[in-house]
Amino acid sequence: MTQTDTPSSHAARQKWMSILARASAEELSAALAALPHLPEAEILRAPETGLVMVRGRAGGDGDAFNLGEMTVTRCALRLGAHIGHAYVAGRDHAKARLAALLDAALQDSALYPACMQAVIEPLAAAQQEARAAEARKAAATRVDFFTMATMR
Amino acid sequence: MYVAVKGGEKAISAAHAWLDETRRGDTTLPELSVAQIEQQMALAVDRVMAEGSCHDRFLAALAIKQAKGDLIEAAFLLRAYRTTLPRFGASAPLETSRMRLRRRISATYKDLPGGQVLGPTFDYTHRLLDFALAAEGREMPAAPQAPADMGDVPRVTEILAREGLMQREPMTKGEPGDLTREPLSFPASRPVRLQNLARGDEGFLLALGYSTQRGYGNAHPFVGEIRVGHIGVEITPPELGFAIDIGDIGITECQMVNQFKGSRTEPAQFTRGYGLVFGHGERRAMAMALVDRGLRARELGEEADAPAQQEEFVLYHSDNIEATGFVEHLKLPHYVDFQSELENLRTIRSTAQGEQHEAAE
Repeated sequence: MTQTDTPSSHAARQKWMSILARASAEELSAALAALPHLPEAEILRAPETGLVMVRGRAGGDGDAFNLGEMTVTRCALRLGAHIGHAYVAGRDHAKARLAALLDAALQDSALYPACMQAVIEPLAAAQQEARAAEARKAAATRVDFFTMATMR
Repeated sequence: MYVAVKGGEKAISAAHAWLDETRRGDTTLPELSVAQIEQQMALAVDRVMAEGSCHDRFLAALAIKQAKGDLIEAAFLLRAYRTTLPRFGASAPLETSRMRLRRRISATYKDLPGGQVLGPTFDYTHRLLDFALAAEGREMPAAPQAPADMGDVPRVTEILAREGLMQREPMTKGEPGDLTREPLSFPASRPVRLQNLARGDEGFLLALGYSTQRGYGNAHPFVGEIRVGHIGVEITPPELGFAIDIGDIGITECQMVNQFKGSRTEPAQFTRGYGLVFGHGERRAMAMALVDRGLRARELGEEADAPAQQEEFVLYHSDNIEATGFVEHLKLPHYVDFQSELENLRTIRSTAQGEQHEAAE
């Protein structure tokens, strides 16, 4: 069996989860409002805030070490036949619940196209633009060296 | 020894009420919001996250507000808060060559892949007080933009390592030691040392790093690279079984390049001192890298007689929360202790006086 970009493939799910993790609760609920009403979800794990130990590597590429922790909020729920998960940076419970709900909806092939169009694609475009704008500001501070002509 | 004493509740509650009032300051002025601190005191927030060893900008800003701007007190508050939370797991080690860079400079190569990118820096400012900032509501012109290449930027150390001139870092499997779980023991592994330094007091690291430059440790460092930017954090939750990206954090990395004269088994080459910290903290990352290299002296077969090379001294005194706890506990009532010291001193005095009398008679 070959893996394709269907709603169930890991690669596709990783992509949308990373986009949901970077969106705010307000953005997610606004995007959700544009979707047809979703069926009631069953909460499997209510939003819970905890810590993830962030690791680095000695010298950038050597042995792993513990850099420090960050706050993370997780949530799991069932929407029809699908279980949605969220692990998102920060302590926003509403955001974690919305991200888990959308993760479940995106796994449903009937809901997938509408969710991609109303939620993931616009968020991905906005996030990409924010990154590109920052990269352009950084590029404006790139040093162009020129060599001084020696005068005699 | 200090003894728990009853009493003083009324005084304590009045003191705290006054603390709250002084925190607010002049009520005819608008109150600072946590969001304002997070946005406009961003480097203070970064320092509190680093020393509090917990990346959460809002919590760090709230801690700064509560601590009236006392950053060590704020880091203490953040550390205390983190103990109330469960640990979900550990991230995959950050792959810093994939950072989205705001700033990246090298003092060893002028021209290098990715170039020298200054980013939002205090460098090259004149350090003259800017009274224009005292006026509120100024129009803020947007920062200039230029066409950008958004590809990954390789690390400078890799360029030297490919030539065989930079010592490769060992990469062993297995879990790194964790100071939040096990107390320090010696000799400490490099991962444990790096964790200790990453959350160490910036002033302490800076002074020790400085000492290695001034001859206490024989360091001849070059800034191979400093990079500042954002990076996604990945974890693999067991219920999913695959890695997911949980969002971005800000980090600063410093690679300090140092000469190493070689040993019986290794040729002369460059070695690394490494600094990695939460947020934008160049001074901190550089100082950490200098001290990391200092602490590697023994494993590299170098003399280790300078303060920055003394592992126990450095690692036991780097943590400002432990340090402030022990220094400030001296304020607590030591009445019983002091009474016994007083008795002791009186006995010594009276014995000495008695002996003098006897000698005189």
